[in-house]
Amino acid sequence: MPEVRLFATCLVEEFYPSVIESAALVLERLKLKVRPLRSAFCCAQAPFNEGLRDEAVDLARRFLKSCEPGTPVVIPSGSCTSMVKIFYSDLLADDPALAKKAAAMRPWLFEFSQFLVNVLKVKYVGARFDRTAVYHPACHLTRELRVVDEPRLLLGAVQNLRMVDFRNPEECCGFGGAFSVKLPHISAAMVEDKIVRIKESGATAVIANDCGCLMQIGGALHRQGLQVETFHLAEVLAAR
Amino acid sequence: MAAAKPDPIPDFLETSRKGVADADLRRKLENSTGRHLEHVAHMRAEFPGYDGERDVARRIKEDAIGRLDELLIELKQKLEANGCTVFVAADAAEARDYIIKIARKASARHVVKGKSMTTEEIDLNPALQAAGMEVVETDLGEYIVQLRRERPSHIITPAIHLSKEDIGQLFADQLGIAYTAEPEALTAAARERLRSIFLGADLGVTGVNFAIAETGTLVLIENEGNGRLTSTLPETFIAVMGIEKVIPKLADLSHFLEILARTGTGQKLTTYTNFISGPRREGELDGPRAMHVVILDNGRSAMLADPVMREALYCLRCGACLNVCPVYRRIGGHAYNSPYPGPIGSIVSPNLFGSAAAKLPFASTLCGACRDICPVKIDIPRILLHLRWKETQAQPPTKWPADARRTRAGVRRFARMARHPRTLRLLSRIGGWMLRPFARDRYLRRMPGPFKNWTRWGRDFPAPGARRRKPRGEG
Repeated sequence: MPEVRLFATCLVEEFYPSVIESAALVLERLKLKVRPLRSAFCCAQAPFNEGLRDEAVDLARRFLKSCEPGTPVVIPSGSCTSMVKIFYSDLLADDPALAKKAAAMRPWLFEFSQFLVNVLKVKYVGARFDRTAVYHPACHLTRELRVVDEPRLLLGAVQNLRMVDFRNPEECCGFGGAFSVKLPHISAAMVEDKIVRIKESGATAVIANDCGCLMQIGGALHRQGLQVETFHLAEVLAAR
Repeated sequence: MAAAKPDPIPDFLETSRKGVADADLRRKLENSTGRHLEHVAHMRAEFPGYDGERDVARRIKEDAIGRLDELLIELKQKLEANGCTVFVAADAAEARDYIIKIARKASARHVVKGKSMTTEEIDLNPALQAAGMEVVETDLGEYIVQLRRERPSHIITPAIHLSKEDIGQLFADQLGIAYTAEPEALTAAARERLRSIFLGADLGVTGVNFAIAETGTLVLIENEGNGRLTSTLPETFIAVMGIEKVIPKLADLSHFLEILARTGTGQKLTTYTNFISGPRREGELDGPRAMHVVILDNGRSAMLADPVMREALYCLRCGACLNVCPVYRRIGGHAYNSPYPGPIGSIVSPNLFGSAAAKLPFASTLCGACRDICPVKIDIPRILLHLRWKETQAQPPTKWPADARRTRAGVRRFARMARHPRTLRLLSRIGGWMLRPFARDRYLRRMPGPFKNWTRWGRDFPAPGARRRKPRGEG
């Protein structure tokens, strides 16, 4: 049975353990042997985005030590995937050995929906989810990894799921990691406007591939007392 | 005026808070930027060559910025051969002093200006006024903000923060016309005023969009004809340009014209494309008697020397990144306290204004929308990250408020702990147990420490580990 590594990411470990269980379940149903990647905790994006490069390099080293080219690493986050797949080359430019390892790993790193659609070539995974939902395309997923159609294809094949559109879906939800607490007023204004548009759509669920967006959108929906829930794509695909 | 403060530029945190609190401003910004983005999308869709032209334009800029020294020498020679006087200004003060010297020599009293962000950058208007001259902005949007004694809040649409009703009220108050919110009537009122001002002006000042080294031609694009009048009617004309505006050849220009208006204003081409090749020659009936070109460095050569920063010099100042930026759309241009707001402003301003603008690179979620809309594909997120890294090493350190300092300390602490996943997992499990009793329905309403600002600003916080069970198909 082919093996994949599954990297939970820090937000999933801390706040959304069900996402990693769901992702593992979906992959196992597709006859893969799933081995969690647990010797790293964070992809380094948090310190990198704050300008703390030395701290980020340490975490990147840790992540790269815990995986080897030849075995795919699947990550249920567009943001963390773009960190390890794209931003590592900038971060590690001054460390040739690490940069080389990062380059060798690059073809083996996949965001969850990217792996399902482009590598496993599946769309229908036997999921059933009885909801009216919008899909929020996360920024790094869309504009760094250019993963645009894959999540929609997967969602389109989920039984009983009715996807609806909402205005300006690609505009950022305002999470931005430390940005959300460093410039909280701007971050809150961004999600406030996003929620106005979600409300208009009549959806009862928001689906995204990034737990940062889910925290931000879910947190604001809950604060406003709205009956709209947030789900990670993996959770939807695992539901039956 | 407030008493003398150590830092005369208001703090970004303060001004951006004012921006998000202004619901009226946010509505106006969303409407006008949204309309602009629709136009741009339409323009891009109907012109299949758009992406190809972007790549060509980008390559021309890469080449031009790569041999800027050589091109500037060529440009200076050609401009001088065309009868212009060229002055290279190292900084804003040198540029201002030179312009005032020329204005005095020409005994200028009435100055008209075409739209120019570079003259905003060097704070030219207050300097000319202090030297006893009357200065009138002739671009309609600039004219409006000048009447309000404000700065432009956008590099292309200076009055984007105002509605037509706001402008109607302004004109009723200041021009003494009957109140109307009809754009045509308002434009006509401004036009009538400006005509007589143009006829009485003895000095014209504009910016420059492109300077062609091969021919010594300055290209100025605009929609109102005010740039043409400013550069041709007064006896003396001064063009102010940054060093990065030079392009090698006349043939290069068309590639930029194909993309600039399409992205900047959502037009195929602006109404006017002025080619300015020197002062009036013998036998010519119009044009200025004397023409000066001020070529401004003001921090740009330091950007050139930084291999990551250098890309910012490719900017055409189209303004599209402002319109698409989710941060700009919520806080407006004035919040940035810089003539260059939005994503491009956040990467350029710290280089031009130093520590006063050091916080701007953090005013981004790194969403990348700016890079995608940029006609020359400037990788703004990458430059923002570079500037953030540089900011962490700044001496003296940037003055952040206590909560922002705590955030950085928290990220640093987290990053150090994350090197030891097992310990961190244990600690976060303990933290989760401590917080869970306070959770309602899997969320916390108030958070301590670095997350205080999360729950204080409109968002509940997910209780650690609360979401253990997978959702069922029934939802």
